[in-house]
Amino acid sequence: MKILVPVKRVVDPNVKVRVKADGSGVDLTSVKMSMNPFDEIAVEEAVRLKEAGKATEIVVVSAGIAAAQDALRTALAMGADRAILVDTDAEVQPLAVAKILKALVDKEQPKLVIAGKQAIDDDSNQTGQMLAALLGWPQATFISKLVPGADDITITREIDGGLEQLAVKLPAVVTVDLRLNEPRYATLPNIMKAKKKPLETVKPADLGVDVTPRLTILKVAEPPTRSAGVIVSDVAQLVDKLKNVAKVI
Amino acid sequence: MAILVIAEHDNAALKAATLNTVTAAAKIGGDVHVLVAGANVAAVGQAAAKVAGVAKVLVADAPHYEAQTPENLAALVQGLSSGYSHILAPATSAGKNVAPRIAALVDSAQVSDVVAVQAPDTFVRPIYAGNALATVKSADPIKVLTVRTTAFEAAGEGGAAGVDAVAAGPDLGLTKLVGRELVKSARPELAAAKIVVSGGRGLGSGDNYRNVLEPLADKLSAALGASRAAVDAGFVPNDYQVGQTGKIVAPQLYIAIGISGQIQHLAGMKDSKVIVAINKDSEAPIFQVADFGLVADLFTAVPELAAAL
Repeated sequence: MKILVPVKRVVDPNVKVRVKADGSGVDLTSVKMSMNPFDEIAVEEAVRLKEAGKATEIVVVSAGIAAAQDALRTALAMGADRAILVDTDAEVQPLAVAKILKALVDKEQPKLVIAGKQAIDDDSNQTGQMLAALLGWPQATFISKLVPGADDITITREIDGGLEQLAVKLPAVVTVDLRLNEPRYATLPNIMKAKKKPLETVKPADLGVDVTPRLTILKVAEPPTRSAGVIVSDVAQLVDKLKNVAKVI
Repeated sequence: MAILVIAEHDNAALKAATLNTVTAAAKIGGDVHVLVAGANVAAVGQAAAKVAGVAKVLVADAPHYEAQTPENLAALVQGLSSGYSHILAPATSAGKNVAPRIAALVDSAQVSDVVAVQAPDTFVRPIYAGNALATVKSADPIKVLTVRTTAFEAAGEGGAAGVDAVAAGPDLGLTKLVGRELVKSARPELAAAKIVVSGGRGLGSGDNYRNVLEPLADKLSAALGASRAAVDAGFVPNDYQVGQTGKIVAPQLYIAIGISGQIQHLAGMKDSKVIVAINKDSEAPIFQVADFGLVADLFTAVPELAAAL
């Protein structure tokens, strides 16, 4: 079974971003970038399926500027076989990414798409579900376990109040949550080897996809800040503050 | 034009998240319709009809909606979509699952996690774990939104909407529910609780988490929450997680115990009315957002606090 994994290059999760003074966005100059953490989990799962003999080939895809290649190279170093960069300077919103992925799925014919559940920059949590809709495929979001079968997969997904098990017909789109696996670090020899793995570049227009943003960002602002309160000396003082100052208990 | 709210329910009762979503819909302006899709959901339909501000309830009652799989639900909503300017779902696990599928089927760029409605086409949403707020304008004829429930009051009772049965959509048969393991708890639901007692890595183990936090939560009738670190360490199941990728809470009182306060955690609780932090590390970032901080060993301070209440 061929697996397609979309990956996104995002601000490193340990960076605290700053809003630009003109309110046009967040300041990303000279900020550390990484592969979206959920996408690392998606790549890891695909690589484990291949190591277990369940997957034959892993194709990783990213849509964005040329630097998005970094995320693709990391995925190749983790064990993906080849990469496709959909090169565009436009801001690609989730619906456009889903349309790009639909075009690539039509071409590549994978049996399974494994995506991260959300990107930690725009926090949209949409692309996997949108791709499944455009393909008319089943979807399993926020999964914490995946067991492949012959014509279907059995997954465990995290829902409010507990867990749910679904049998999902292939082909399918799944999106991964944190507890699915612990992604490996790419080793130096594998990083070197990844440089020789194939990376193809296409344009959205080659795929017949219009990536013009449908949502206009009018303004980006700092959220209201919370100022630090007081440090209390002991439990008795804390109880007093909660009862008599905050009046919440 | 009318606004369609997708009700969240378990086939027996309407979930509270629907009430906050109705309030967000009312702020957009226009007739608010609520869709209840499920199996044997007459009672849920009646409950939705009593919600203040609801003009009409649509009930799609069919066996293939019992598990509320997103494939069948989205196909149903697509069939109903032409009469609506907006389609709203709460930004819960279920809403986040189905809404983008609906959005793609009606070719609309979804706006996720709306925290404010500025105009019928303009919404505010958090990005970068809540470290920035984006104001976005949608040009799509049908706007699909998920609503951050903590940002909108729950709609009250007092409605008397008509209830219409709608024809079921297709059963696509793409996924089959094998089972659900739901945690039964006498505690309030985390996302809707007035008081949340939350624990982090500082507790050291699942046993410590339970032994130290449960007596305090019992005293306060509080829900229990956790940081991602505590979930990743296996102290508690994932649905306890508060943060960017877990639940967003805004209780009257949030007590963070042994939680350092990573930005991903703060994203899930910084809108709480009063925040208390108990941590032995006085440099922990959680103290920067806490109204009341106590620098102490949690293993002595928390039992002392529980005893003092």
